[in-house]
Amino acid sequence: MKTTATDLELALEVDEAARVAHQMRLAREKRDRTARIMKHIFLIIVSCVMLYPLFWLVASSFKPENEIFGNLGLWPSQFNFDNYTKGWNALPKPFTIFYINSAIVTVLSVIGNLISCSFAAYAFARLKFNGRTLFFGLMMMTLMIPYHVVLIPQYVQFLALGWVDTYLPLVVPRFLASDAFFIFLMVQFFRQLPRELDEAAMIDGCSPYKIYWAIILPLSLPAMGTAAIFSLIWVWEDFLAPLIYLNDIKSYTVPLALRLFLDQEGQSAFGQMFAMSVLSLVPVVIFFVLFQKLIVRGIATSGMK
Amino acid sequence: MRRFIARNAPGYVFLLPWFIGFFLLALGPILASLYLSFTRYDMVADPRWVGLDNFEYMFTRDRRFWKALEVTFTFVALSVPARLAMALGVAMLLDKGLRTIGLYRAIFYLPSLLGASIAIAILWRQLFTADGVVNQVLAVVGIQGPGWITDPETSLYTLVALAMWQFGSPMLIFLAGLRGIPRDLYEAAEIDGTPRWRRFTRITLPLLAPVIFFNLVLQTIEAFKTFSSAFIISNGTGAPADSLLFYTVYLFNEAFKFFRMGYASALAWVLLVIIAVFTAIAFFTSKYWVHYENDRD
Repeated sequence: MKTTATDLELALEVDEAARVAHQMRLAREKRDRTARIMKHIFLIIVSCVMLYPLFWLVASSFKPENEIFGNLGLWPSQFNFDNYTKGWNALPKPFTIFYINSAIVTVLSVIGNLISCSFAAYAFARLKFNGRTLFFGLMMMTLMIPYHVVLIPQYVQFLALGWVDTYLPLVVPRFLASDAFFIFLMVQFFRQLPRELDEAAMIDGCSPYKIYWAIILPLSLPAMGTAAIFSLIWVWEDFLAPLIYLNDIKSYTVPLALRLFLDQEGQSAFGQMFAMSVLSLVPVVIFFVLFQKLIVRGIATSGMK
Repeated sequence: MRRFIARNAPGYVFLLPWFIGFFLLALGPILASLYLSFTRYDMVADPRWVGLDNFEYMFTRDRRFWKALEVTFTFVALSVPARLAMALGVAMLLDKGLRTIGLYRAIFYLPSLLGASIAIAILWRQLFTADGVVNQVLAVVGIQGPGWITDPETSLYTLVALAMWQFGSPMLIFLAGLRGIPRDLYEAAEIDGTPRWRRFTRITLPLLAPVIFFNLVLQTIEAFKTFSSAFIISNGTGAPADSLLFYTVYLFNEAFKFFRMGYASALAWVLLVIIAVFTAIAFFTSKYWVHYENDRD
């Protein structure tokens, strides 16, 4: 009998313990759920604050001039496309020209970056040659150098070559791997590819040039994609170099054209200025939405910008 | 000799564009600007050697140089910690306990991509005018805001706000770093009843130190180089009352508005030295506070 009693007690105790554990788990799950909801609420508020300026910009671009200021609302009393049609032609040259100019500079620069930086990255990541460590160190140091330090001698150089007011000062440096960030990004990626690939190809009689073209490049499309998108966005938004090298309004890129609106601020064309600002951001946003994964991974691997 | 060429040729061939770029666009110009910094040069006449005159003028008599340093250092000191704290805070919120973070991550990162553009600088100017959005919001809670951009007391804070708005890129790097911290450390600490704050200071911070260090160095360099937004918001001059006279804006105006190329080169070299010193300090002190994972084995 005695044993049964203890068994019973034991069973009750076990039962009790299970009950307590179950309650604790429930409480914990509830706590976690509340914490999660609180987090979501907080993050949604932060998101709204972050996005509000952008929404305000878009909304204002559709508003008539007298509704833009003194008005927090995001919904215009009537949707007005005037700002877009008028703004497109508000400057001495239509925006068609500025967009073509920006497109030329951007496309050429992206091509230049991809070719020259992947060459350099391939050499640093996969080939053996004397001075590799030294050159790699120098390359990394150029990451730190502010553009302003090389600006003046470069300007003197390009002026002497008669390149000012052409796109050459904006494009040629990109064919010379001047943007070390992309070299670094690609080196990080190339290093992860298995060595055996090169070795096997070498045994089969492949030259390093063939290995670059037939093995490394096809395997590196994600890295090339990341580099292409970043350089596209940065060149598109680039302001300092065009500001210095382009003087003739015919050759202006979009950011330079936008700045012209500020010079004529007195004429209160805020709506048009906002409309053209929105349009200038559209390509960036589209590329971001389409290639978000590549961009996020690119930052995580390179850890920059 | 032949073996040397055969062994090295492919490497040098692939590196050729970079070599040309390095010598003509980086090393050459850096040395050239060092030379120019000892000259007076207006791009019309040849550079004239003036010894240390530029530097002497800069450090002893040029009030705007000191003002530009003050503005830039204040900006760096305010914007970098603010941006990193924001980035780390949000990254930690996103890292644990939420199933879907993709949309938040995208929303928080978007400003980092757009922030450098002229369109956003233009927008920012209008947000902070006397009757702009920010003051409208403040009016709702009964605060009469200043004319942020036109008031020299407050104008710099608008740029700090713009920098904070772009916390997304360090946030992504922090997120990647947080992923690398083993979960069981937190679980063990939680079972031991370690309070949340201590879990942060004893686990998260030490294990994230390399990433924090990396972000700190990069963001500091970036902050020193701030140009476009300051240029647009201050109308290209550093106005009002030089309160937005960022170092790069001052340098740009000396070079391309007044064509004092020699003096501007001297300014450029001082900037290079400042950035180099900051980077060096970060690297030399890092051994006291950054411990890499494999150090402890």
